[in-house]
Amino acid sequence: MSNPLVTTLAPVTLPNIDLGRRTLFRHTGKAMLSAAAVAMIGGVAMPTGSASAAPMQGDIDILNVALGLEHEAIAAYQIGAESGLVKGKALDAAKLFQSHHKGHRDALVSTIEKMGGKPVAPKSQADVAKALNAGSLKTQDDVLRLAAKLELGAANAYLGVIPSFSEGMLKQVAARLAADETMHWTALSGVLGLPLPTGPLSFGA
Amino acid sequence: MTRTCQSAALWTALTLLCTPMAAQAADAERGATLYEQRCVACHSLDTSRIGPAHRGVVGRKAGGVPGFAYSPALKASDLVWTEDSLDRWLADPQSVIPGQRMNYRVADAVARADIIAFLKRQSP
Repeated sequence: MSNPLVTTLAPVTLPNIDLGRRTLFRHTGKAMLSAAAVAMIGGVAMPTGSASAAPMQGDIDILNVALGLEHEAIAAYQIGAESGLVKGKALDAAKLFQSHHKGHRDALVSTIEKMGGKPVAPKSQADVAKALNAGSLKTQDDVLRLAAKLELGAANAYLGVIPSFSEGMLKQVAARLAADETMHWTALSGVLGLPLPTGPLSFGA
Repeated sequence: MTRTCQSAALWTALTLLCTPMAAQAADAERGATLYEQRCVACHSLDTSRIGPAHRGVVGRKAGGVPGFAYSPALKASDLVWTEDSLDRWLADPQSVIPGQRMNYRVADAVARADIIAFLKRQSP
């Protein structure tokens, strides 16, 4: 029998992660790579122009914080899945959402590298479990509440860094990532029976 | 009304809708909710994760959580976290400490004040 939650959300298209190095303007140096990297992460038309080194380093820093967030999300879903507390359709949904975060991770790593940065490494699952106090999780709802909290925080985090990007197309990418996280939070909230926001513009202010 | 005037009026209305007036007392309870919604993707009160732990932040020197891998810019800063510096930081971190890595902005002044009120309550 199909999973209504997963079926509702599918089909899922992961970001256009790898268009290959042919898309890079390798001959123009690192300072010109920002826009090319955007085309890889967002699958959008590549703008012309260059970025100076300082703003690009700022963009790399933002992407690396985002990558840290995605690393943690992947580990959190893994901890939830391995806890044995999450079963059936909820487990299927958790696996789907984790796959989205893996897609985000891969896209971010690729972009950071092609912008000349060094992607942050993930923390160990044990460290993440300790940081998230995973030992306190006793029921499926506990796990899903933690996931919902992290997803909501991630959606707001992506929205909150949009004004700080110097590269315009990265702003759009951040918005797309926020949309994915919002989708996860909305689905998890539905499973948990949590109320949706009563007012408009509840995200990212 | 011309199209330009209509656009200006719409933009003004949207701006007012998204930017409540700051002239009201900070609400630490609302700040706690906002902290849960906006900050916990990266931060916890007692554990450094993607960002440093926050308990005791008000009154602490910037870059002062032991063991957290701060940016060189933040580590070299002499800034002390006060209500004022936190407000400026949350509004635009890069303008406060160029080269920092947070970059997350809270545009709403009331939300900033409420979050800071909550953080102050966690900083005995």
